[in-house]
Amino acid sequence: MSETRYLGRDAPRPDAAAKATGQAHYIHDIERPGMLHAAIKFSEHAHARILNVDTSRAERLPGVRTVISAANTPEIRVGFLRDNLALKSDKVRQFRDEVAAVAAIDPDVAAEAVSLIDVEYQPLPGVFDPREALEEDAPLVHERNADGSGRAGNLLDLTFRHDSGDIEAGRRQALHAVGGEFSTPMIQQTCMGTAGCVAEFDPSGNLTIWAKTQIPFLAQRDFNQALAAMGLKGRNARVIVPCMGGGFGTGLDTHVYEYICILLAHRSGVPVKILYDRDQEFAYLSPRQSARVRISQGCDAAGRLTYRDVDVLQDNGAYTSWGATYPSVMMLPATSLYRVPHIRFDTKIVYTNNTYCQAMRGYGNPELTWALESNLDDLAAAAGIDPFEMRLINCNEPGETTPMGLRVSSCGLRECLQGVADRLQWRERRGRSSAPGKRRGVGLASLMHVGGSGRIYRSDASGIILRLDDYANVYVYSGGVEMGQGLHSALALGVAECLGVRPEQVHINQTDTATCPWDVGTHASRGAFTALNAAHMAATRLRERLFELATEIYAGEVERSWKRYQKKHATAKRGDIDYTALAGDPQAFELAGGFLFLEQAAAEPWARIELGRFLRALHFREGRSTMLTEEAFYDPPSELPDWERGKGNMSATYAYGTQGVELEVDEETGEVRILKMVAVHDVGKVLNRQTLEGQTYGALAQGIGYALFEEVLTEGGRILNPNFTDYKIPTIEDLAFPIELDFIESDDPHGPFGAKGVGEPGLVPTAPAIGNAIWDALGVRINDLPITPEKILWALRAS
Amino acid sequence: MSDPARSSIRFTLNGAEVAAQVEGSEPLTDLLRDTFGLVGTREGCGKGECGACTVLIDGLAVNACLTPAQEVEGRAVVTIEGLAGPAGRLAPIQRGFVERGGIQCGFCSPGMILAAQALLERSDAPAEEGIREALAGNLCRCTGYVQIVRSVERGAEILREERRRDV
Repeated sequence: MSETRYLGRDAPRPDAAAKATGQAHYIHDIERPGMLHAAIKFSEHAHARILNVDTSRAERLPGVRTVISAANTPEIRVGFLRDNLALKSDKVRQFRDEVAAVAAIDPDVAAEAVSLIDVEYQPLPGVFDPREALEEDAPLVHERNADGSGRAGNLLDLTFRHDSGDIEAGRRQALHAVGGEFSTPMIQQTCMGTAGCVAEFDPSGNLTIWAKTQIPFLAQRDFNQALAAMGLKGRNARVIVPCMGGGFGTGLDTHVYEYICILLAHRSGVPVKILYDRDQEFAYLSPRQSARVRISQGCDAAGRLTYRDVDVLQDNGAYTSWGATYPSVMMLPATSLYRVPHIRFDTKIVYTNNTYCQAMRGYGNPELTWALESNLDDLAAAAGIDPFEMRLINCNEPGETTPMGLRVSSCGLRECLQGVADRLQWRERRGRSSAPGKRRGVGLASLMHVGGSGRIYRSDASGIILRLDDYANVYVYSGGVEMGQGLHSALALGVAECLGVRPEQVHINQTDTATCPWDVGTHASRGAFTALNAAHMAATRLRERLFELATEIYAGEVERSWKRYQKKHATAKRGDIDYTALAGDPQAFELAGGFLFLEQAAAEPWARIELGRFLRALHFREGRSTMLTEEAFYDPPSELPDWERGKGNMSATYAYGTQGVELEVDEETGEVRILKMVAVHDVGKVLNRQTLEGQTYGALAQGIGYALFEEVLTEGGRILNPNFTDYKIPTIEDLAFPIELDFIESDDPHGPFGAKGVGEPGLVPTAPAIGNAIWDALGVRINDLPITPEKILWALRAS
Repeated sequence: MSDPARSSIRFTLNGAEVAAQVEGSEPLTDLLRDTFGLVGTREGCGKGECGACTVLIDGLAVNACLTPAQEVEGRAVVTIEGLAGPAGRLAPIQRGFVERGGIQCGFCSPGMILAAQALLERSDAPAEEGIREALAGNLCRCTGYVQIVRSVERGAEILREERRRDV
């Protein structure tokens, strides 16, 4: 898979025109006949016992069809640990807890009805700091686990631990050692398209749900369990994914609002839609976890790392999503970014009465890398070694197996570091004293991440179906989700490349569990990696079948083609190729650009049979009618790690990258002005340069927001800034500085055409690169994101 | 109509004369999406913070969510559905966004494109600074805006080419 015709170039996305004309349809745009609109009654306390729920006034409001609460619905358990209920019965444990819900003829009536629901609470003391939540006398968020067993404290029973070498020996070997504690805030994914779904039952009790999800097949499983709890065991949930309007991890779990919509649709007997507005999205959709990482690293006189000791404290909030398993990914950089012989890594995940959290792009890696790469610069300073040199000394290399057991099949980290240093003019600019007032600095940081999917579930597979019609259209059915990242572009180009047709002949079907093959989900930067590996398998078999069939009909088709050609070109002369003899060998054929031909006769126009004509000939062969569909199921060569031992090759390959920044800090105001950013990523192979750059620029922008200003502010568990005025994300004017990208093609042996996953890496090292540049400018270390002007001024005053 | 809260308005929508009954507080977003089915006008926040609902009113980019529907009486409104030419031929600015990767999830795209269109109606050779200023009210979470700037520059280039051909 090396020579490419379509991949590796700069190609517009197949879905761009529909999105540029308003024809793309999001959950907002889905209407069903007779559809009702839902609204939810959320908790008014962070922690309280529910004494009474009175829905009678809501029920009497004209236009209200259905009102539900725990009192009139079956118990549906939700979440990674099933510790959440669709409708709360005993307690509320966070401000956004769902107590009741309404379906009404329009959203306004539904909202009014919700305001008429009276809930009587007995407030309970809450706990909002994970450190306090671990104290013995802390209020208990959950008295029981999902299985009914009692709970003694707020620490979750999820273990992510790693020990390798001898940490004490590593400490003794260290000539220099530095420790520090670093924190990252809750941030909001802020998809521009807010969350929602439409649920509809058929008369047999089967559910169709249009959902904003990244995991349609795991959602099907979750929803089927809910149907069973509703007395509909054996019925099926069909999950259809409309245009997403952004995902960024928000679609990695099924959501309580979806179960409420399902309950309302079932009870109402008509389709029901729920749609969050922006305030609700901020207040009621799970943000990214906040984390606190204590880290210590040491090195010998030559700058070689001797040990790394890491403790993570993660605020889970009140319930548990897949995002609670962030440490599974934190473990990667903790054990395997740079070469470290002695490592200890441990995690505590803690219930609090804060809003429960969920996945976001990078999945724990930005949190851990913020600590690791900041601390590494501090260690370099203590050892008197240039931080760029320090990273080269400890750089990962292809072929190594890391302490976690990660097998590094390809690694361009050294080239990434060098590329960033060159573009920043590192040696000239680093450590250069600048005039007081506005001080300049440069900094860099690196990352490693899963690059060949990330196995956190029993199956890590992606299926694909390729179906050919009479006109050589290739219909692709993939369970992967296009959420904006460009999966459909990679699929269209990749299928065209693998099969030998033109990209415009390839049509990507809407993701739908009823038509598409199983896929574990679109996360872990895995979409293009797994889908294209699957596409390659299916396309290879499809070509083999086409060439086998060509041995039967090609010679006849060439004769017909020759006659047509002669009509237009009376003087044409036919060479002495014996088509019948050559066509007996399936390996003599080629399919390229949508034409099937004998390789030996590639230059003869009449010998190139347009694929549609060839397929019609197969279809309408009397007595031997054939149409072609092929499928493949690709499960990457990786291992589900043992999380208590912290061992296992989680991904088929790993992505690397380095980012650097030059910036200026105003000592008077603490304002940071970025002058230039550089990102060099090992992507294995460029599939579509345009979407790759788009992914990387976009991730960098999120990384900059994370570094400098984004933070969900809370007080006693209540979110204080649920809007874009008070929760700032980067605008086009915030990013008015040059961003230079470069990509290292390490040509991974497991990657489709050598490619690795690229979706998440771009935001992982951004914050520590910025923090390290601020250190270079001012000589102060900011340990807690976001790096606000106030924190800089405070640190300057303290220094 | 006898309902005092409702009034009837006439205006030009994507080049066609239309009439509609609107409620007093009804935002233009609802009129466009619910009454006329022009769902390309996206609602991202409902209070003028994100720009996803940007439409053109008499050539100026406006947040439809903040505009009472009654205010478009007698005016010319263009939504994303009205930007393409005959037979769906994409407008230069739409082609710019398609060709240069200015679109990812696409939710902000109609508003972004119309805000850029309003800029191009003032100048067919905007400087980067002017592009950033014109799009400052339009949030995008996917792109980091780099390819959006390139898309507007490409749209302007196509527009200039078309104008040269027309001369």
